[in-house]
Amino acid sequence: MTDDPRPMLHARGVSKFFPGAVALDDVELKLYPGEVHALLGENGAGKSTLIKCLTGVYRRDGGVITLDGADIAPHSTLDSQKLGIGTVYQEVNLLPNLTVAENLFLGRQPTRLGLLARRRMVTEAREVLADYGLDIDPAEPLTSYSVAVQQVVAIARAVEMSGKVLILDEPTASLDRDEVQLLFSVIRTLKARGLAVVFITHFLDQVFDISDRATILRNGRVVGTRLLDGVSQTDIVTLMLGRQLEARVHDRAPRTLGDLLIEVDGLAKSGMLDPASLRIHKGEVVGLAGLLGSGRTETANLIFGAVPADQGRILREGHEIRVTNPREAVAQGFALCPEDRKTDGIVGDLSVRDNIVLALQARQGWWRPIPRAKVTEIAEHYVKALDIRLASLDMPIRLLSGGNQQKALLARWLATAPDFLILDEPTRGIDVGAHAEIIALIESLREQGMALLVASSELEELVAYSTRVIVLRDRRQVSELTGDAISTSNIIHAIADEPIQEAS
Amino acid sequence: MASTTTSTFRRILPQLVILGCALMLNVLVFPDFFRIEFQNGRLFGNLIDVLNRGAPVALLSIGMTLVIATRGIDLSVGAVMAIAGATAASLVVEGHGWVTALLGALAVGAICGAWNGLLVAILRIQPIVATLVLMVAGRGIAQLITEGTILTFLNPGLIRLGAGTIMGVPTPIILWIVLGAFAAFAVRRTALGLLIESIGVNQASSRLAGINARVLLISVYLVSGLCAALAGVIVAADIKGADANNAGLWLELDAILAVVIGGNSLLGGRFSIVASLLGALIIQSVNSVILLSGMPPEFNLVIKALLILAILVIQSPKVGHAVYMLRAAGPKAFDTRPAPAARPQKEQS
Repeated sequence: MTDDPRPMLHARGVSKFFPGAVALDDVELKLYPGEVHALLGENGAGKSTLIKCLTGVYRRDGGVITLDGADIAPHSTLDSQKLGIGTVYQEVNLLPNLTVAENLFLGRQPTRLGLLARRRMVTEAREVLADYGLDIDPAEPLTSYSVAVQQVVAIARAVEMSGKVLILDEPTASLDRDEVQLLFSVIRTLKARGLAVVFITHFLDQVFDISDRATILRNGRVVGTRLLDGVSQTDIVTLMLGRQLEARVHDRAPRTLGDLLIEVDGLAKSGMLDPASLRIHKGEVVGLAGLLGSGRTETANLIFGAVPADQGRILREGHEIRVTNPREAVAQGFALCPEDRKTDGIVGDLSVRDNIVLALQARQGWWRPIPRAKVTEIAEHYVKALDIRLASLDMPIRLLSGGNQQKALLARWLATAPDFLILDEPTRGIDVGAHAEIIALIESLREQGMALLVASSELEELVAYSTRVIVLRDRRQVSELTGDAISTSNIIHAIADEPIQEAS
Repeated sequence: MASTTTSTFRRILPQLVILGCALMLNVLVFPDFFRIEFQNGRLFGNLIDVLNRGAPVALLSIGMTLVIATRGIDLSVGAVMAIAGATAASLVVEGHGWVTALLGALAVGAICGAWNGLLVAILRIQPIVATLVLMVAGRGIAQLITEGTILTFLNPGLIRLGAGTIMGVPTPIILWIVLGAFAAFAVRRTALGLLIESIGVNQASSRLAGINARVLLISVYLVSGLCAALAGVIVAADIKGADANNAGLWLELDAILAVVIGGNSLLGGRFSIVASLLGALIIQSVNSVILLSGMPPEFNLVIKALLILAILVIQSPKVGHAVYMLRAAGPKAFDTRPAPAARPQKEQS
């Protein structure tokens, strides 16, 4: 396979710039005929940008892409399909109200005397689908079949139209175990037919199940291409998260824990999180680690009531409390800085002043307005304490930089004097300076006796400030690290589901 | 506070200028426009007429402003006017007093508003669709109440609400000014204004900040229903009868227009009730120009549309930006102020 001298598709030095950011930097990707090639990386690593450059959604800003030895520069998805690159996305983008056969042949229907040859189309569709191990009636509407079957129909359409390279973008995200196996058998058939298949997923087990090689991206660069035969999941996770396995035991000062504040007992929501339990003391930072989609954010949202849980309970100082929505959580002294600052955090058009005071005002109720002088005092206090850089308190918060927006959101919650602060990716997408300040703030809040729960993909950060780290994988808690066992290497081992080297 | 007063004034300045222009047009076509006389214990004059005739749309625009601030819209207000008018009329015809009739009409308006609010806040139906239901059904309900006739009445108390005066000033003028001032004051002296704007800008963030978006959403539609009910009673009282087919017909569109002329964005967020009330007066002034100019009535709607188009073009961000660029290209080329953003009026009122 890899000794084949000529790759089916070879991308070299591909770069893509967005205003103020480099999305792809000198990326190389080789796809050989008859291989399944996994494309791995955390959110924002550049996977989807690379795919979009290959399929003509974006024009690349630099680099060369050759397909079958010829230079290509697709300028639209249609163009790339014609060249031989087909793509199937997580959400099947077919037409649900048409029949299977119509979906398969849309745009190139067999005709007779200029009229649609419906019967021939159905027969041909049946033949095509038989190659994919599907014995279904192509005259039925697409929606009468399961998502997995629709997925296979989408693949069949892409392969029949293109037939050289097939890109599968998270095809298994909404499939169950048996359906995944159906899909994999189809992929193996295509592999035998000599297609180059690109497989994108967050599920590492599936990567090792079906893929021959993997290219790992991080921050828009290729950090490695590996033959999967010779490597462990730990190696891959290390590459994805970009941490060298370090044996160094983190130096941590003796920390005295306060009283138990929050106890979460079997909190779960089907399809989001298996029953999760955790205890958080005053003066403690509990870290949540795991890959994207492992249940980090889900845990935070369920505890805060942002998404109501199906089962489980939350106790505060030993008493069961009701948290079915954020309002009830805030009343209990909870606070949550959400993962997606823009859509769930800031109220963009309102002033920084109003944004800072919003949660406090919401908790006080509309009939007890905070006097304007007091509002200004609170806002000015936090602008100074957190060093928020702004031209004026009256400017809309959307005009602030990411780091300053995050600080303003922290100010919004600190103004409510919470006992329990949940931070979801508190340092994502912010500049280095603000990054360090937020970490220092987490430390100082812990020293003041606040209980914190921090979900983050930045392992070194988690190791630095957590008193305990809970590791999640596939929507389950798989491990809890305390004391000296907290290290990036142990977290990576736990994420990769391999034995932890140092016992805790 | 002085700074608040200044920023309020700056916020409504464009509307004041446009209203001034509209009134000047009135003077052009009818030089005696501003003459006000006091006869038989009542103020008379074209300006008084503008204020009086503008009352229904002004009342509607109060509730509509709040609804639009939450990124919603209430298409049902015209139909709710008809229902409320029919309710008040049927109550006095049955022999109840005018107070009962008024309270009954307001209660019906509140129910209609709460219904809209439930559809929007609980069932999460898009506001334009949710309120369309009552817009269509409402006139049918009003016809059921009036039993298909124009229900006339002679109750002097009820008639006074539409045609009477208080200290010489027509009652509708008093009603909309008092209610408008109360609403504008209430939203800014409590935290309601901030919370409503927050929902309008970003409902997800607002919910996560602990704001009870459902209750607030239901409340704004309820207020809109109440405003529509009062407007419906005034219109019915004015003609001494409830006309289920024509009372408040198309007024929901005038109310939306008043809010838009008031510089409030249909995308929700920052709002000013005072500016919307000025918008309602601008619309009525335009109506007045057309009437006073003696133009054939066939032209009315076309001319009104053209005048309003002109107002909206003047307010459009593109035009604002072009004007800014023209000025920047002049001697003050190095003005460092940021260009006006997509929405020209952002100051809080």
